Amino acid sequence: MLLNLRTVPSRLGSSAVAIIGIAGVVVVFVSVLSISAGFSAAMGGSGSRGRALVLRAGSDTEMTSGLEGEETRVIKEAPGIRRDGGTALASAELYVIVDLPKKSSPDLPANVPLRGIEPAGVQARDEVSIIEGRMFRFSTNEVIVGKAANQQFVGLNVGDTIVSGQNRWSVVGIFEADGGVAETEIWCDVHTLQGVYRRPNSFSLVMAKLDTNDSFDTFSAWLMKNPQVHATIRRENEYYRSQSEIMTRLIDTLGFGIATLMGIGAVFGAILTMYTAVASRTREIATLRAIGFNTASVLLSVLAESVVLGAIGGLIGGAGAYLAFNGHQTSTMNFQTFSQVAFAFRVTPRLFATGLFYALSIGLIGGLLPALRAARLPISSALREL
Amino acid sequence: MKFFPLIWTNVWRRKIRTTFTLLSIFIAFLLFGIVMTIRAAFSLGVEIAGIDRLVLINKVTLILPLPISYQHQIQQTPGVQVATHQTWFNGAYQQPTNVLTTIAVEPTPFLTIYPEFVLPAEQAAAWLTDRQGAIVGKDLAARYHWKIGDRIPLMSAIWEPKNPWEFNIVGIYDGGRSVDKTQFFFRYDYLEENRADRLKGNVGWYVLKIDDPSKAVELGTTFDTLFANSSAETKTTTEKGFIEGFAKQIGDIGSITIAIASTVLFMFGMVAANTMMQSVRERTNELAVLKTLGFTDTRILALVLSESLFITLVGGGLGLALAWLFVQRGDPTGGLLTIFELPPRDIVTGIVLMLLMGLLAGITPALGAMRLRITDALRRS
Repeated sequence: MLLNLRTVPSRLGSSAVAIIGIAGVVVVFVSVLSISAGFSAAMGGSGSRGRALVLRAGSDTEMTSGLEGEETRVIKEAPGIRRDGGTALASAELYVIVDLPKKSSPDLPANVPLRGIEPAGVQARDEVSIIEGRMFRFSTNEVIVGKAANQQFVGLNVGDTIVSGQNRWSVVGIFEADGGVAETEIWCDVHTLQGVYRRPNSFSLVMAKLDTNDSFDTFSAWLMKNPQVHATIRRENEYYRSQSEIMTRLIDTLGFGIATLMGIGAVFGAILTMYTAVASRTREIATLRAIGFNTASVLLSVLAESVVLGAIGGLIGGAGAYLAFNGHQTSTMNFQTFSQVAFAFRVTPRLFATGLFYALSIGLIGGLLPALRAARLPISSALREL
Repeated sequence: MKFFPLIWTNVWRRKIRTTFTLLSIFIAFLLFGIVMTIRAAFSLGVEIAGIDRLVLINKVTLILPLPISYQHQIQQTPGVQVATHQTWFNGAYQQPTNVLTTIAVEPTPFLTIYPEFVLPAEQAAAWLTDRQGAIVGKDLAARYHWKIGDRIPLMSAIWEPKNPWEFNIVGIYDGGRSVDKTQFFFRYDYLEENRADRLKGNVGWYVLKIDDPSKAVELGTTFDTLFANSSAETKTTTEKGFIEGFAKQIGDIGSITIAIASTVLFMFGMVAANTMMQSVRERTNELAVLKTLGFTDTRILALVLSESLFITLVGGGLGLALAWLFVQRGDPTGGLLTIFELPPRDIVTGIVLMLLMGLLAGITPALGAMRLRITDALRRS
């Protein structure tokens, strides 16, 4: 079997074709799926089980939800909300978008999410911390900017002024939020935002910190029974996970589809390579058989060669995808909320392993037919050939 | 042409090898077709977007409305043929998560501005007489088995207080290959009449048709200056620019797809080149015999090149044809991609790439074969 591998360098040309083919499949496979892995990690890692979002009945995004001031007041009275002294840790918020240019395409506007919050909005989100500058002051035009938004969009550094129509916003701080989607957002005072967007006393949602993780049912049941409120209630982490569904499904469908077709193509490439390998070594194989190697060992040796080619291709492809794309920062528009979400491509160990498995399978399937042929070579005629 | 049998025999000299090479090229161009379709899908119909149509949106963001009072001013501006407005409705069908592209429009100017939506005249007339009338795209109608006369309830999370909103399907529009046929258009007056007072008098954005596309930028500046310092400042772009900007928000799908397509073509191009190389190497003395028989160098070159071209054109042609057939079956993601067509331009590109691949794969072995010296070649065996 080793002998077989040792002869590989003498057939470098066609072996390289197979390796490059398999590596190409793995690069495309791993890198396309690393997009959806990164996207769903950003969305799935967002939000906490310990917080609930109250949206208007029938709304499934913050963007399309709307609540009146009176409703938000009632919601904050619900049992199950953590209270700090007399005040509920619940924030009535307004979620809108604002046009700002992306650094990667400065001429085109992108929909950057702008969230107006109440003071409890920061207290209830433990993961949020200011990493540069300071928190904005309420009742002013000051804003704080998420770390990812700061990286992706133009003019969002501390000290910058955002000009949007006739509105001016001063950036006074940068915050991070454990890598969640909030890091793509800009935060300001909800009452200032209501004035600017001409939505007096109108909110998108109420974000409430639950007393304990299990208070959700109490909270939700009370609201559902209350005739003054018509609401959809979701745990925050579940809400964000559902937001990534369409995008992830789209990328995965396309990614798997393309990778499968490429894989079939690479199997053909591997078959060609191995047939050539067998053909060029007909006499050698026949000699081996003649001196007593049985068909099984010949079969295995050809298969082994093909699988090793697959493994090399898989490793090169996986490493290539990792080096080229892992951690690559980008942002896209989430179809469901219409707004930008920044995320990083993630070549996870699992993806890497899947890619490698895929490469080995290509090698194995590709080697099968040629191996059978080698094993079945009639010794006498093969020795006579060439 | 008289050498065709010779080429044919040579191509099939090693049946297994030729079959798998053909299959590899076949897969390569099948992928090429599909990847290009995806690319077109993500460009959101930008190819048919009119350069003689302008879009005016609120400068702060698309989601903020513009006052309906702007329409008169826009219409009066010299150079504007028709000005109309549209409003995003966010209608959900059957369940709140199933949001369709539902837009409130003014029927007559809408149909004038968008000649690419093909609607039978009697259906257009019916739309004018029914305030709750709506026209839907052919693909959308097919997805939910809607037909003319059906009454469709939609929920809107944005527009209060009426819910559900009921519509009569009065028309089903069709259109060319890159027209989005999954949209739902209904009458603005129906929306205006039934929404809360505080929401009245606003529209989502304006679309206008202008006389002279070369004046687009100039007119845009005119409008943006006209509405500057008002409560709703505007930003005017050509429709093409608007859609491009929107597509770019999703990400640079264009460069990702081109990267994938080049990887694929490079990979399988190598396979073809390797096959040709081997095939010529094996036949060295045969080629020498042909030369001895009086085949000229050019003829040998042409012979080998035709073989590799044969493989790439047949394999690639079949692959592209299958991609085309696959695309005809419609969007495999269940409605996520509204436009799913293989653009003719990319078919042409594909054929050019097949020719290139055939030439590149065959050129080295072909030149080698051409330069063979008969005596050397015959001695080598």
